[in-house]
Amino acid sequence: MARVAAVTGNEAVAEALRQINPDVCAAYPITPQTELMQRFAAFVSNGKVDTELILVESEHSAMSACIGAAAAGGRVATATCGPGLALMWEMLYVASGMRLPIVMAVVNRSLSAPLNIHGDHSDAMGARDSGWIQLWSENAQEAYDNTIQAFRIAENMNIRLPAMVCMDGFIISHSIGRIEYLEDEPVRSFVGEYQPLNPLLDLDNPKSYGPLILTDQYHEYKRAQHEVMTRVKDVVLAVAAEFEKVSGRRYGLFESYRLDDAEIGLVILNSAAGTAKDVVDSFRERGIRAGLLKPRLFRPFPYEEVAQALKGLKAVAVLDRADSFGGYGPVFMEVCSALYPLAERPVVINKIYGLGGRDFLPQHAEEVLAELEEIARTGKVRVAKEYIGVRE
Amino acid sequence: MKDEGGRRKAAVSWRRTRGLTDTPFHYCPGCSHGVIHRLVAEVLDELGVLEKTVGICPVGCAVFAYNYFNCDMIEAAHGRAPAVATGVKRVLPDRVVFTYQGDGDLAAIGTAEIVHAAARSERFTTIFVNNAVYGMTGGQMAPTTLLGQKTTTTPAGREVSVAGFPLKVAELMATLDGAVYVARVSVHSPKHILQAKRAIREAFKVQLDGLGFALVEVLSACPTNWGLAPPDALRWVEEKMIPVYPLGKFKVPEEIS
Repeated sequence: MARVAAVTGNEAVAEALRQINPDVCAAYPITPQTELMQRFAAFVSNGKVDTELILVESEHSAMSACIGAAAAGGRVATATCGPGLALMWEMLYVASGMRLPIVMAVVNRSLSAPLNIHGDHSDAMGARDSGWIQLWSENAQEAYDNTIQAFRIAENMNIRLPAMVCMDGFIISHSIGRIEYLEDEPVRSFVGEYQPLNPLLDLDNPKSYGPLILTDQYHEYKRAQHEVMTRVKDVVLAVAAEFEKVSGRRYGLFESYRLDDAEIGLVILNSAAGTAKDVVDSFRERGIRAGLLKPRLFRPFPYEEVAQALKGLKAVAVLDRADSFGGYGPVFMEVCSALYPLAERPVVINKIYGLGGRDFLPQHAEEVLAELEEIARTGKVRVAKEYIGVRE
Repeated sequence: MKDEGGRRKAAVSWRRTRGLTDTPFHYCPGCSHGVIHRLVAEVLDELGVLEKTVGICPVGCAVFAYNYFNCDMIEAAHGRAPAVATGVKRVLPDRVVFTYQGDGDLAAIGTAEIVHAAARSERFTTIFVNNAVYGMTGGQMAPTTLLGQKTTTTPAGREVSVAGFPLKVAELMATLDGAVYVARVSVHSPKHILQAKRAIREAFKVQLDGLGFALVEVLSACPTNWGLAPPDALRWVEEKMIPVYPLGKFKVPEEIS
């Protein structure tokens, strides 16, 4: 039986971590993630989990401690956001290079300067190339479900990679929504007993982690990381299928919303997808064939599947809550890469929205869909990349 | 005294320091930041250096210090103020440069920066505000949290076996040859506020004389995150903090002593 609760996104992920009961968490407070680990600290203090919680002096040290704990053979989790994730950057590559299945909640927050604590995707997009699996979540329910699934994906013996679970800072982390929790026992049996791989301090089989490898083997090592990423997709789907049996909730590589017969469509991550789906509905009611694709697995990116999902559309707008200044938004670049091999493909435009927590309103989605209608009709693109919701 | 119309005029015996802007503080009732801000601002004004001062803001409750100090300010990333101050001072050696940092900033994420700035004896002044807790994020355990002190991440009290000991910054800094002036003061009573101001003035004097790195640690009340009324929080500083963080001057260069 599911337990229905009204909780914040932070509470939901903390509850998932309580149920999973990791061996070690090392964390450092940072808005808007703070509440997540604070709630988990209460579980530790109240004896609800057996976790060793290490209150370290920075995020760089948090990830370093997670790396040590994971290499030692523990199931490890942490959480951070924004500048905290940026400070971890060096260690993110160490965690993935050592193939340590650490799970981290990322409560998406903008990066300085100017200083801003609100939600955008610059943090996780900055960690895009770090070799971590990335799952993105529209709401607290998805953040909870993705956290549970992330352990299974990361710890899969054919994968063994760290995974981050993203949700929007404040918009999801701090707003209360309806959620269905699983009971503790199904979560524990779903995640299963932790199986260490090559743990340290196995005296009969001594190990070294992260030694110096120069021009002789580094290139091969990185190719191995690339190759393991190509296997992640199937594991994500297999874990999702099992999770559906336990929860009744279905997950894929992305969510296709009214895309099958769509002529125009939006591609949009996380919480703004919820807003945009309502607008898609209103366009459908007016007889306009609109749809939406919400990526879930962003790393590795499911290029072929996304191409299949979008190939029949006439015009697509990719909305990015992060920018690669001097380039396009990161989701846009992936979608274009996915579509390029097709002989016939939709026209694709890029909109940058919601930086530093700027509200994404239904009106923004309406304007973009109206522009797509125009493009679908005329084939003419006014501008390839544009900021929307800007105060002039 | 008479004004232009021959009317009697009250003598000006006190004036709000020019070192602060008119922006009202956002700090909680009973927080010591306001007092410490004013002391720093008064010293800068009285030393006549306000026009050539650059301050470095922290991340933490004092993140909005740039709204209050009436001088040029630059916002540093969490913990990096001493490194930013180093850069500013090296380019503008004739200016007065200070960092204003809390314990979550200076004594945690930025410990490396402050230690190395002091070891290099950078010629700036650091005002270090120690309230034994992460204030802005809502009262989590800081490195300076007292043993047994309850915080949101140590709800049963800081226990040494899992969370270690409080970090004593003034004592630590005093071990560094490059830190030429190190003092710990408090602002929980009028007498202590006056002592704190003297120490802050000395720390800036050290910089003006080019003697090296100077740090003043100021014990500060945080009624909100300690769960105490403001008067009780001041008593907590005196009764709980000072025994762990004794006040005094740990290092004073001969030139100003």
